[in-house]
Amino acid sequence: MSAALELNDVRKKFGQTEIIRGVNLTIPKGERHALIGPNGAGKSTTFNLISGRFAPSSGTVRLNGQEIGGLQPFVINRMGLSRSFQITNIFHRLSVFENLRCAVLWSLGYKYSFWHRLSELRDARERAEEVLELIGLHHRRNTQASLLTYAEQRALEIGITIAGGAEVILLDEPTAGMSRSESDHAVELIRRVTVGKTLVMVEHDMSVVFGLADRISVLVYGEVIATDTPEAIRANRKVKEAYLGTTLDEPATEGAH
Amino acid sequence: MEFFVISLLNGVSYGLLLFMLSSGLTLIFSMMGVLNFAHASFYMLGAYFAYTIASKIGFWPALIFAPLLVAGAGALVERFGLRAVHKYGHVAELLFTFGLAYLIEEGVKLVWGLAAVPYRIPAELDGPLFTVFTSSFPKYRAFMMLVSLAMLVAIYLVLTRTRIGLVIQAALTHPEMVEALGHNVPRVFMMVFGGGAALAGLAGVIGGNAFITEPSMAAAVGSIVFVVAVVGGMGSLVGAFIASLLIGVLQTFAVTLDASLAGLLGSIGLQITDSTPLSSLWKLTVAQVAPVLPYLLLVVMLIFRPRGLMGTREG
Amino acid sequence: METTMQQRREAVVTGRTMRYRPLNLARWIIWGLTAFLMLVMPLFFSGGFAITLMSQMGIMIIFALSYNMLLGQTGMLSFGHAVYAGLGAFIAIHVLNMVGAGKVWLPVSLLPVVGGLAGAFFGVLFGYVTTKKSGTTFAMITMGIGEMVFASSLMFPDFFGGEGGISTNRMVGDPVFGITYGPGRQVYYLIAVWCLLSMVAMYAWTQTPLGRIANAVRDNPERVEFIGYNTQRVRYLVLILSAFFAGISGALSAINFEIVSAENVSAVRSGGVLLAAFIGGAGVFFGPVIGAVVFILFAVALSDLTKAWLLYLGLFFVLMVMFVPGGIASLLMMQVPLLARGKLRRMLPDYGRAAAAGLVLLAAVILTVELIYKVQVDSANGTTMSLFRIGFDAGTVTPWLVAAALWVAGLLACRAARTRVRATWDKVQAEMTGGTA
Repeated sequence: MSAALELNDVRKKFGQTEIIRGVNLTIPKGERHALIGPNGAGKSTTFNLISGRFAPSSGTVRLNGQEIGGLQPFVINRMGLSRSFQITNIFHRLSVFENLRCAVLWSLGYKYSFWHRLSELRDARERAEEVLELIGLHHRRNTQASLLTYAEQRALEIGITIAGGAEVILLDEPTAGMSRSESDHAVELIRRVTVGKTLVMVEHDMSVVFGLADRISVLVYGEVIATDTPEAIRANRKVKEAYLGTTLDEPATEGAH
Repeated sequence: MEFFVISLLNGVSYGLLLFMLSSGLTLIFSMMGVLNFAHASFYMLGAYFAYTIASKIGFWPALIFAPLLVAGAGALVERFGLRAVHKYGHVAELLFTFGLAYLIEEGVKLVWGLAAVPYRIPAELDGPLFTVFTSSFPKYRAFMMLVSLAMLVAIYLVLTRTRIGLVIQAALTHPEMVEALGHNVPRVFMMVFGGGAALAGLAGVIGGNAFITEPSMAAAVGSIVFVVAVVGGMGSLVGAFIASLLIGVLQTFAVTLDASLAGLLGSIGLQITDSTPLSSLWKLTVAQVAPVLPYLLLVVMLIFRPRGLMGTREG
Repeated sequence: METTMQQRREAVVTGRTMRYRPLNLARWIIWGLTAFLMLVMPLFFSGGFAITLMSQMGIMIIFALSYNMLLGQTGMLSFGHAVYAGLGAFIAIHVLNMVGAGKVWLPVSLLPVVGGLAGAFFGVLFGYVTTKKSGTTFAMITMGIGEMVFASSLMFPDFFGGEGGISTNRMVGDPVFGITYGPGRQVYYLIAVWCLLSMVAMYAWTQTPLGRIANAVRDNPERVEFIGYNTQRVRYLVLILSAFFAGISGALSAINFEIVSAENVSAVRSGGVLLAAFIGGAGVFFGPVIGAVVFILFAVALSDLTKAWLLYLGLFFVLMVMFVPGGIASLLMMQVPLLARGKLRRMLPDYGRAAAAGLVLLAAVILTVELIYKVQVDSANGTTMSLFRIGFDAGTVTPWLVAAALWVAGLLACRAARTRVRATWDKVQAEMTGGTA
């Protein structure tokens, strides 16, 4: 059985600079995987390589055994992979409900139809309502997306990502900019919506990571230096060195490095 | 042979004029993200101002003052018009310059009338510079090339050797960063816009009497300038230079060629008569097709190399 | 929000708010009123000039709405939309001539279908190239294609009719129910019917998957790719549909004027429809309808009164871009919440003052423009002139002084009025948000 997502020696160059310098990653189906690392390590770039925003300079990216490196984003999306964005990327002039409905249309097979009346598409409406409840924005159903609060927009961002029913979900810093309580809510939300799916998450907030992840990969300077269970990563010396200045453990002194 | 040389020189002088126009356009676009629809209107203003100044004082004062007047107009437009629209986004800025082009054209019609004005080449510069067999190369064309080249060298030096040029180059790609460093970027924008307008105005001063000075001149040259900008690659000065020369030479040669597909087929024995289907198509001469050529080039370029010749920015 | 009968019943059962119902009724009222107005107008304005004015408005409405499918719905700024209307007009007029010569059978009433299909054909052809890019580059390409088609009009005299264009006679074929399309009134009703049909069709399109995804492309073209849609394909399809409706307007133009020339594909026409759609308001569906009416009033009615009409239109457009980028429709829509809460009358005195100030400034503009025009362009006929039935001599100083005074008064009054309106608006807004829980 092939892994949900497999990266083999993926490299990416921008001009002369190699940002991703040989990433190897294997994520089995149903796993919740977190990708952490210092700023500038290349986490978002890795996501962009997987989701089709950029093409890898070399190496292979496989989704359920199929090669997806260099394919266009909508092709990859139709193959069952969906991603969210670090900077909220919603349809700001549409209402919350319309945002979600747009996200489900392709997966339900409506494609480029201009002969169906949206209001009569029961399955689209029901699925959108379902996601609306899941992300807890039911009370903001008809609000224009640009008028939501930041946390609500992040929730909508996640909603758009999962609405199409993709099996592999990539979340790019879903709790960025959130307060403690908002993050806790977000963790609950993410746990709810990714039941039975494969989740890959980029995160900085360690409590979120340790609360959700089955396994963690640590990306430093474009390379994965460790992939293991959360406890093992916590104790890993290389990881601690890479995170000079950032605490993985409780504020108790671990000594200067 | 001499015909080829003369035509080539004419084409180059036209191309240099196009570059004077498209360089200003490219600079403004690169820096401010605004595609200035009214750029060719500044060209027209330059010609008209020069006509008025020349008929009162003389050509040489006009050469200096007309571009300055246009620069002033450009700065005013930027300060009071464009800046107000900036907050509404690029589309609004584009539409503003679009409306401005209408206004300037109508304003010109109002003040100078609908007919072409007799803006003439000054006597000192009239006449042939040299004659090759029977074809002559006009003095004025050489003057145009001289002014264009001098202006372009001046811009190059300003951009690369002066401090303000350095700031402009930086603001070309990273305006926010330059502002964060303490430079008055809005003032730089106003200068660049005014400078671009002055360039266009200068092109108008020297081009208006060589070609024609009438209210529709802006529209005529405007679309070619945009083709040059897109073909050269939006945001690339070198690309604009190459594209300007290419299109300038292409246009000049094409207008003189009387060859047609029918002629070509006739030379290998196939006769095209009026009864052949699409006969009007076969009998089209290159000269008749000439006005369409720049746009054909645009379309072909966009199909096969959408980036343009040297483009780095996408618009 | 649209609902079906079933949904409305469900709404009652589950106890959700009955918001749906009033909206649906409002829609029927609006459409019904529009249809009724179009039907009844010729009875009130029955003069030949009025009929021709309304006919042109009808054609322009279809054209402007088709343009807004690109601009307002999908975020595509095109400078060459007249190509589709114009080429549709050319094909339609050739077909009409063939009908007249007995080579083809087609009721004249169905000619717009031919125009539409022709427009769509060219949409498929040119759209393939133009939709490869987006944003400003797309705008440039559309301009290039527009210029290319216009420039090639002299190269194909059989199709484009050379300088004189192609003319036709619309009174061909057997009259159906006595309709010959000879009288202008009959042509008006033909246009009105097609206008209504097109409006309904284009509105219905906005409520389809493609219509909604087009909105998504407008708002965030990149994100659309990540929900499974090919953004470029969406734009291409929308362009084809838009070209279809543009072609319908072109065919109606051919019938109305009985002549089509290269001017129909010119940059002037493309610019005109852009102005119309924008002035009316690209963000609202009916915005371009308003814009089309305003545009025709300027271009046809105003042009009779003054030669400087294009200057006035350009000025109007630039002022809209600077101060009301949402168009007339957006101004109207802003009043709706006030109307709903009964607070609109609070704004009326200040609106009145602003209107008065605007009129003073308008008088200044008109006087100045007409004076300059008289002196510079029309001086061959002497310098006496009259404006709004007041006679004066442009050669003397007095009218110029009056103009200057009007400028000063107008600018000051406008500035004062603007501050007043803004202050009252803020107050009313605060009341409205403070008043509700």
